[in-house]
Amino acid sequence: MIGFATRRFVQAMIVMLVVALLSFTMFRFVGDPVNQMVGIETSLEEREALRERLGLNDPIPIQFYNFLSKAVRFDFGTSYQFRQPVSDLFAKRIPATLELSFTSALFALVVGVPMGIFAGLNRESPISKLFLSVSLIGISLPTFFIGILLIFLFSVTLQWLPSFGRGETVQIGSWWTTGFLTVSGLKALILPSITLGLYQMTLIMRLIRAEMLEVIRTDYIKFARARGLPDRLVNFRHALKNTLVPVVTITGLQLGSIIAFATITETVFQWPGMGLLFLQAVQNVDIPIMSAYLLLTAFMFVAINFIVDILYFLIDPRLRVGRP
Amino acid sequence: MNKKLFVIAATLSVAGSWSAVQAETLKFAFQGSLNALDPYSLNETFTLSSLGNVYEGLTRRASDLSIEPGLAERWEIVEPNRWRFYLRKGVKFHNGNDFNAEDVAFSVDRVHSEGSDLSTRVPADVKVEIVDDYTVDFVLSGPNPILHYEWDTFYIMDKEWTTENDAVKVTSASDTAANHAALHANGTGPFKVASHEAGVKTVFEKNDGWWDTAEHNLDTVEFTPISSDATRVAALLSGELDMVYPIPVQDIKRVNENAGTVALTGPELRTIFLGMDQMRDELLYSDVKGKNPFQDVRVRKAFYQAIDIEGIKKKVMRDLSTPSAIMISPFLFSKAGEFERYPYDPEAAKALLAEAGYADGFSVGMDCPNDRYVNDEAICQAVASMLARVGVKVDLNAQPKAKYFAKILASGGYDTSFYLLGWTPGSLDSWNVLNDLMNCRDEAGAGSPFNNGGFCDPKIDELTDQILVEIDPAKRDDLIAEAFKIAHDNVYYLPLHQQGLAWGVSDKVQLVQRADNQFKFRFVTKN
Repeated sequence: MIGFATRRFVQAMIVMLVVALLSFTMFRFVGDPVNQMVGIETSLEEREALRERLGLNDPIPIQFYNFLSKAVRFDFGTSYQFRQPVSDLFAKRIPATLELSFTSALFALVVGVPMGIFAGLNRESPISKLFLSVSLIGISLPTFFIGILLIFLFSVTLQWLPSFGRGETVQIGSWWTTGFLTVSGLKALILPSITLGLYQMTLIMRLIRAEMLEVIRTDYIKFARARGLPDRLVNFRHALKNTLVPVVTITGLQLGSIIAFATITETVFQWPGMGLLFLQAVQNVDIPIMSAYLLLTAFMFVAINFIVDILYFLIDPRLRVGRP
Repeated sequence: MNKKLFVIAATLSVAGSWSAVQAETLKFAFQGSLNALDPYSLNETFTLSSLGNVYEGLTRRASDLSIEPGLAERWEIVEPNRWRFYLRKGVKFHNGNDFNAEDVAFSVDRVHSEGSDLSTRVPADVKVEIVDDYTVDFVLSGPNPILHYEWDTFYIMDKEWTTENDAVKVTSASDTAANHAALHANGTGPFKVASHEAGVKTVFEKNDGWWDTAEHNLDTVEFTPISSDATRVAALLSGELDMVYPIPVQDIKRVNENAGTVALTGPELRTIFLGMDQMRDELLYSDVKGKNPFQDVRVRKAFYQAIDIEGIKKKVMRDLSTPSAIMISPFLFSKAGEFERYPYDPEAAKALLAEAGYADGFSVGMDCPNDRYVNDEAICQAVASMLARVGVKVDLNAQPKAKYFAKILASGGYDTSFYLLGWTPGSLDSWNVLNDLMNCRDEAGAGSPFNNGGFCDPKIDELTDQILVEIDPAKRDDLIAEAFKIAHDNVYYLPLHQQGLAWGVSDKVQLVQRADNQFKFRFVTKN
């Protein structure tokens, strides 16, 4: 067990190091940060002095070493655009992203699961076919397009819901802000959550439908029916339970990607989360924010995978056999 | 649970009391964000425009951009090299501190310090002498008729406040800790910063103790950055916001057709132009080897006449541009009317190319930004297709500003043959255009750093030096006109147009759209 965990941990560290190296290399191709930090009339000497102060003139291995040695202490330096420590900016933006991701995942599950069950059980029904067509839209339309479509329908035409931002937020504790406790905050969550969760919803729906179709054909379901068990019991106790294993795995992993890739939704709805911060950082060559975001995202995925691996080890006895 | 209920009740009661007061709140959005609140950390229009509601300079500009007294009641040139400013008495900073001569001297020192992006606001050789608490002398090393032209955005800071809060050093990106002045503001202006969350929201509050009589009727101003064009327009159309800018040109019609909103348009001061590498003996991006076609005035003129500027105005800019014959806005130069564009004439262009020895045309690489100016990439595409008609094949390389400027400016070694750029002189004066865009430079950029094409006309350099020290306005304008005429005759640049401003405004709001694209809350009324 300890040997297995250690091996996984070392692998995780290597992944993080590779991500750090990749992101660091990438920054050399995104443009000149100094240009974004000063006005156009700033003289060449002043620009050069700024490069010097930022350490952009140091040899590349030294820059990488400085970057790494600070990053392991979660010190990502000061944002070029905002002139504030990156860690402070992130702390302020994380609640917005997490609340949005959580609501989207909830939406995907609450809507996707029943739709999937229905479509799996009644595969010939016209409603099932409608669900499938809708899910096709969810998978094929780009996120920003769905977002803009929703804005024009519900904000501009019907004027029911706000088109941008988080609405009023309430401060909880020293650094968490929530939109769950105000009417405008809840209203502001609806459109971005649907936009962000639509893809996951269709994924879960299709997954459950496919699993259902498969499980229903198995012998134990046939046997259960032969025993004369009521439909409700067969469908939900025996069939659904057995479809859930892959769904839980996928949902867990998807939660990670919802958090990491909320970038586009956050941009369309001007949602003040980390994704928006990251995209603006890319436009302005704000290297400290970009590197912190990439590393945090990688860290999140590595951590999730690490936990999942350990969980498998605990759940599945087969993994334990045949290993020293 | 009880706690939660209490929070909800508290929120509702706060919401209730807000509507009961009937405070006038202006909500507006801009495409970029207000980053740091330090008035010396970034020389950029939106930052200075926003901070200009909180801080004030010795002078200020009225709605028509004319210079009027700000924190200085009046000023005079006592000797050719000595300017005396009489400061306004009884002005207080937002924290209650008095404004006096010490603050002016302190601000000059601070704007010159390391990390300041506005050090050119006050020439480096200027000395400040405090005569008494409300009189300050600026001693120059030579006459300078435009000393105070940019002082409307050189904001005066409070010496005591800045010192107490350890913010004497200008907020610099290389600092490890946040500087107090980057997150807080303490000016003398008509509005205070009530809260500021960079990139999310900034709330301004009326300053009741402002020295001037308020024309506006606002109590609060809420600013949100909205970077997505579609969302910004939607927020205006749905009535959530009172004002948003800029409006993309293709959405102007939609904003006007919507009941309750109108698109306010007008010419901006920025001139969009094309420049050509005239320095290298062989172009970096061209099939012409061994010589540089742009060193031949006939080729440059052929390019000029091949461009159908009215076509660009109609098709690309949807009428939101003013074709231009000189390199400065006609607003900013009294003799601009004397200049006329060379007519659009593809046949003449072909003849000129043939005469220069390029009857079959040639190919040239063009650099263009795609997220900096209004429809910048579309303009370049239009130019490329117009040049194709006279036989010049253009390979267009359009990229985001972060990469574009790193390539074509000095830091990238002027790595371009043909490029598009926009320029607004910070001082709103022609001398800046001549000095930054039209003087000779060396390969590293010493001289005129933004003369990317690197042409060199000693006569223009000479005129520029004379214009700097010429005090008589009429004579000065003659000299400027002479310099611009040389540039026009030799086609050193291909001026295109003044791009337009487009602000989306709710019918409930009256405001002033200044041609420098600065949005001043003090001109706003809401009903």
